[in-house]
Amino acid sequence: MIRVELPGHLRTLARVQGDVRLEVEGAVTVRRVLDALEAKYPMLRGTIRDQVTQERRAFLRFFACEEDWSFESLDAVLPEAVASGREPLLVIGAVAGG
Amino acid sequence: MSKVRVLVGTRKGAFVLTSDGKREQWEISGPHFAGWEIYHLKGSPVDPNRLYCSQSSGWFGQMIQRSEDGGQTWEAVGNKFAYEGVPGTHQWYDGTPHPWEFKRVWHLEPSLSDVDTVYAGVEDAALFRSTDGGQSWGEMSGLRGHGSGPHWAPGAGGMCLHTILLDPSDEKRMYIAISAAGAFRTDDGGATWRPINKGLRSQYIPDPDAEVGHCVHHIAMHPSRPGTLFMQKHWDVMRSDNAGDLWQEVSGNLPTDFGFVIDVHAHEPETVYVVPIKSDGEHFPPDGKLRVYRSRTGGNEWEALSKGLPQENCYVNVLRDAMSVDQLDKCGVYFGTTGGQVYASSDAGDSWTAIVRDLPAVLSVEVQTLP
Repeated sequence: MIRVELPGHLRTLARVQGDVRLEVEGAVTVRRVLDALEAKYPMLRGTIRDQVTQERRAFLRFFACEEDWSFESLDAVLPEAVASGREPLLVIGAVAGG
Repeated sequence: MSKVRVLVGTRKGAFVLTSDGKREQWEISGPHFAGWEIYHLKGSPVDPNRLYCSQSSGWFGQMIQRSEDGGQTWEAVGNKFAYEGVPGTHQWYDGTPHPWEFKRVWHLEPSLSDVDTVYAGVEDAALFRSTDGGQSWGEMSGLRGHGSGPHWAPGAGGMCLHTILLDPSDEKRMYIAISAAGAFRTDDGGATWRPINKGLRSQYIPDPDAEVGHCVHHIAMHPSRPGTLFMQKHWDVMRSDNAGDLWQEVSGNLPTDFGFVIDVHAHEPETVYVVPIKSDGEHFPPDGKLRVYRSRTGGNEWEALSKGLPQENCYVNVLRDAMSVDQLDKCGVYFGTTGGQVYASSDAGDSWTAIVRDLPAVLSVEVQTLP
């Protein structure tokens, strides 16, 4: 069970409270987590990564186990603590916009 | 008795204002999608309870929301806007080529005849259509394929397709407008388009009479006269009586002919409303006085309407999609400001009341007249 912590606006959009819990088959990567997230919550498609380019939105970052995964390959394997659900994958919106 | 529903898009959410036909007491619901930019929301003429809403954010991109109950509940539908083929380039502010990039939906125009068909005008400028209630979107690529796309350039607000007018007498005819490319028309249901900018003069571009490059702010049409168009250009108020083939200036005695909104009275096709704004450098009313100007002669002769509007220290703007009319008798006229007020007139503009005062900056106002 993977835990994903979403920004407030995306929790509202997905109509969830607290962590989102997902099943991910095989090695746990950011890409697979996002695939599972978008499959379970289709309304989140395009909000974290562009639907056409598949690139992460510029004002969002990924953190896991206190490390910034935003610029790692989407296919890099996340830490075991995330894969086991002990730690969440954090999707964080930039503090920007005034 | 009839009811009126006013759909208000703001910088921080959507609001739905409702009243009976007297238009004296208003109920306000919202914010819907709190914290998101709502560039536009509009109801289907076929089923007024079917609403489409453009919800966007610099963080999370574009969403499209749909309501089946007049805005009480909403469902996220499709939000994939992919340009057809290789998007190519348009002109950037400095004149260099810049890749076409989707940013947001500025305007949603539901079909006049099919509840599931809706058009979307987007930035960077293109026209999309959905025929399944917004679940999926396809570009009507004949517009960008017209050939002048590489010469289109963004206005200060971005390179947006902001106006979509459907001809009620000819389902194959449609008008659109882009800042800063100009106005275009299709006569074959969107397969091919041609620029309709003859007669426009824009001193701020290298060739003031260019085929494209004009910063059209908004176009309005009365459904009984779909060949007559009224345009608020960056500077100049214009009209065409031949479906845009030729434009003539009708700014007449306006205190300034800069502005964004323009609309037509519901029952008088020659009665037109604008809100003059001081200049492109000073986006507020002249002299700090908020005044709507009405022409009962299709332009040229304008009268100031100020009763009930602030006449000192008013420095708001009225953006291009933020004026609309209802279908009642007397015609109601509504507009929203960047100061968060929505003003309404239930007597065709003779007097005005703020039906809500302190919303976030208003981006769009649409009105539905309900049985």
